[in-house]
Amino acid sequence: MSSVESDVFDIIAEKSAVECSKLSLDAKLKDLEIESLDVVEIVFAVEEKFDIHVPYNANDQELEFDTVGDVVTAVQKLVSEEHG
Amino acid sequence: MNRVVITGLGVFSAAGKSIAEFWENVREGRSVIGPLTIIPTDDLNVKIGAEIRDFDPKEHFPSKQLALLDRFSQLGLMASRQAIADAEVSFDGEEGHRTACIIGSGVGGQQTLDEAYYRIYAQGRKGLHPFTIPRLMISAACSQIAMEHGITGPAFSIASACSSSTHAIGQAFHMVRSGMVDCAVTGGTEACIATGTMKGWEAIRVMALDTCRPFSKGRTGMVLGEGAAVLVLESLEHAKARGAKIYAEMAGFGMSSDAMDITLPDAKSAARAISGALADAKMNPDDIDYINAHGTGTAANDMTETRALRIALGDSVAEKAAVSSSKSVFGHALGGAGALELVVTICAIGDRVLPPTANFVEPDPECDLDYVPNQPREREIKAAISNSFAFGGLNAVLAVKPFDG
Repeated sequence: MSSVESDVFDIIAEKSAVECSKLSLDAKLKDLEIESLDVVEIVFAVEEKFDIHVPYNANDQELEFDTVGDVVTAVQKLVSEEHG
Repeated sequence: MNRVVITGLGVFSAAGKSIAEFWENVREGRSVIGPLTIIPTDDLNVKIGAEIRDFDPKEHFPSKQLALLDRFSQLGLMASRQAIADAEVSFDGEEGHRTACIIGSGVGGQQTLDEAYYRIYAQGRKGLHPFTIPRLMISAACSQIAMEHGITGPAFSIASACSSSTHAIGQAFHMVRSGMVDCAVTGGTEACIATGTMKGWEAIRVMALDTCRPFSKGRTGMVLGEGAAVLVLESLEHAKARGAKIYAEMAGFGMSSDAMDITLPDAKSAARAISGALADAKMNPDDIDYINAHGTGTAANDMTETRALRIALGDSVAEKAAVSSSKSVFGHALGGAGALELVVTICAIGDRVLPPTANFVEPDPECDLDYVPNQPREREIKAAISNSFAFGGLNAVLAVKPFDG
């Protein structure tokens, strides 16, 4: 597991009802009982952690995250773009 | 119980600094949302808003008074001067004791707070200006309005986020209706365009970067606007005794709480507030021709409000009524929004024109009512409601109708 992946897992685990060791990339945020305001908090936490800007808007479905893997992929892409 | 009528109107908004200018822009759907200029935007992602341009407070307030006025109080005072001059009402002696001043604001003196914290944390200064607290307190605008006009009856502020001024006007309405007072100066004000406040709104991820498109497909959220609106309410008896002109009759007020979530809205509770306003006004759903919607332009609000209207009015009435959101024109003035939108509703009744929802691109299948897209429409309005549904599930709805003697 990459360090970005494990950091994102830690952040999501803290906000969800699931232990970090039981999270998977294809787990759906909805199934983890992560609600819209939790997603906003997760986005803020990854922005702080990786010093990136995530262009997330709760009103825009194209910018929505469905799974844990979606968050990891977006963060990896932004980290390489902004700090690569 | 007294009948309650509206005898004075005042606005100070990005869409206009007088009722005539404001109503013309709203009626024509001319959106005044644009690039922010009153604060630096270099560190902001959201660089748009609806701000009041070409306003030099020094031209309107003596320096001694101005020193005590945050921008939200300035806007509130400007609107109150218009409303009171328009009503041609006096508060001398006993009249002042028999008048209430109830003013809504969601957040109070944000510019003062922002500047104070910048001074301490960024500039490392040791002390703050002695007027910091009297400027920023959420009730400051209410006190300033009461002082300037000599309103010496019940006076206080109401804060319920985006419903603040609707709750304030509803409270004033009940006070006049019950006979506690003869007259009320009421409304709301917000000057939310301050750097710290904007950063806070950005962080909650519901802000549009392009513009505000309520109920439209392709909407991406809300846009902040600053502004104030003040109304004079009177018992019909008091208004008739002094020969006042009457704009409309305040007919009913409904409230409810979702008690569910701090940001997500709930259709059933919003519907209860709408039904409550109709019951209070002794109106049937099919009396309602026009709804000035809360219509923030967020995915959640617009879909929920559409569902709430269907629940409260029934499908057939909801489908034949006209619904529009004036936030598409002058942004979301938070605690000032409800008062600005009630003024729109009263102007619509008086002018027999449905103001449009501006910036509308195409229908959204989940918002399936008549939102009067982009173009105004002539229509006699028998009765109308103005909705406010705040963060934290605090709902308030006012019902108004033409005055029929």
